[in-house]
Amino acid sequence: MTALTIRNLSKTYANGNVALKGIDLVVEAGDFYALLGPNGAGKTTAIGIVTSLVNKSGGDVEIFGHSIDTDLEAAKSCIGLVPQEINLNLWDSVYNIVLNQAGYYGLPRRLAQQRTEKYLQAMRLWDRRRQAARSLSGGMKRRLMIARALVHEPKLLILDEPTAGVDIEIRRSMWDYLREINAAGTTIILTTHYLEEAESLCRHVAIIDEGRIIEDAPMKTVLRKLQREVFVLSLEEPISAAPALDGFEARLLDNLELEVAKGPARSMNELFAQLAQQNIRVLSLRNKANRLEELFMRLVENKDVARTQAVAP
Amino acid sequence: MNIALNLIAMRTIVRKEVVRVLRIWVQTIVPPAITMTLYFIIFGRLIGSRIGSMDGFDYMQYIAPGLIMMAVITNSYGNVVSSFFAAKFGRHIEEMLVSPMANASIVIGHVAGGVLRGILVGALVTMIALFFTDLSLRHPLITISIVLLSSTVFSLAGFINAVFARKFDDISIIPTFVLTPLTYLGGVFYSISLLPDFWQKVSLANPILYMVNAFRYGILGVADISIAVAYGILIGFITVLFIVCLALMRRGVGIRE
Repeated sequence: MTALTIRNLSKTYANGNVALKGIDLVVEAGDFYALLGPNGAGKTTAIGIVTSLVNKSGGDVEIFGHSIDTDLEAAKSCIGLVPQEINLNLWDSVYNIVLNQAGYYGLPRRLAQQRTEKYLQAMRLWDRRRQAARSLSGGMKRRLMIARALVHEPKLLILDEPTAGVDIEIRRSMWDYLREINAAGTTIILTTHYLEEAESLCRHVAIIDEGRIIEDAPMKTVLRKLQREVFVLSLEEPISAAPALDGFEARLLDNLELEVAKGPARSMNELFAQLAQQNIRVLSLRNKANRLEELFMRLVENKDVARTQAVAP
Repeated sequence: MNIALNLIAMRTIVRKEVVRVLRIWVQTIVPPAITMTLYFIIFGRLIGSRIGSMDGFDYMQYIAPGLIMMAVITNSYGNVVSSFFAAKFGRHIEEMLVSPMANASIVIGHVAGGVLRGILVGALVTMIALFFTDLSLRHPLITISIVLLSSTVFSLAGFINAVFARKFDDISIIPTFVLTPLTYLGGVFYSISLLPDFWQKVSLANPILYMVNAFRYGILGVADISIAVAYGILIGFITVLFIVCLALMRRGVGIRE
């Protein structure tokens, strides 16, 4: 069963801006799917069309088999949306915002009240239920939008930058919660600028740029394409020059930090063996960049290089 | 269409609107009460005592139905235009747009909210009027139906205004330049029989004249116009405005990219 099917979806705004140039996407039911792309790539437009906030110019969208052209009510019933921008009625109470949303989806009053409590508790907002939304912090407002999106228990949850402005502790607890509801069967589509978040949570990734899909594959397949990884090693003793390492590129950042690049054929054991032979002891190491981030940058930059070459005289 | 879902969704909008009206009662209920009290004191008691009778009633009695209807019209319109535009401006209209409720439910829910505020304020102004004069209901059904139909017309008009409005100034243009002049010239303070023939005919083109007079007929039993024509105009306006509202929602004018 597919949760979302997008075929040849296009969007040209009234000002002539072409936001989507015929994209195709298939999200399987139960998947945790990352939709990534630089600002202005077309992510929010695509989500807007799927959730009926933006009129499409062409193409087809189906949500759990329901076309948004012919069966919109059923299609909308399947979706919960956490938008990128805060769109809460800031004068309304936290409780009423979630309760009203349940009503808009046709939940009977008693059930709506139970669900409101359930999801405000889950988002750690129950104690603030009587407060007006305007009095919440930025992170709390984001959590309130998640509670609002979940109150009708959608089969497909779309989160557009859900953790922007949320502190690390809350972000981690939100990740755990999203994993939990995904494990319980909710399909999740996530857009985020925190690529660590996408890598940690998602099993499938699509990268959109300038209105086109430039990558669409399982996360593992995408990460396997990464031919080179860069690590920064903290050394126990200072050294004056980068050591010669067979099969690795090494560069001294300062006399206690060494940057080493490795290809997919080389193991970390080989690296440590060579360093040990040269009496260099490593205290700790870290990835210079998140793997997905590196791949993302490479895909987007490659496209820019290709375009520059194409237009060069 | 899922009827049960849409009924719950409409009820939710109405409840939300009522909560909003009561939450900001200083802005929604107190001002019309004060304004109408001033009208009764100045026009009814101070000036009215020098005017004498009109259509066989003392002036205070004559203007009371018109003032009640004026409060109903302006508050029904004002409630929908301000509430729906605020939802657009704050983007929480998206809460409704992403939900499976039908466009008709969004329109009807907001219109019902406008009608309820109109009736609430109308009832308050009626109570104030009773401090100044005696009012009896000659035709209760006509009185109630005309109030409901008139507030529905202006709630729908307020909805259309809110759909097209892009900034807060836009929601006060129609009330200031159209609604207020038409209301004042719609026989609230005088019978059009006092006007020269030409202006009487011009006045007959003002739909508010029919609402005010039909309501006055319900209370006092006198009117400058045919009650059947008033019903026809009201039902015609409601039909046309409702269709326009649905068309605007369907096309997403002002609310969808």
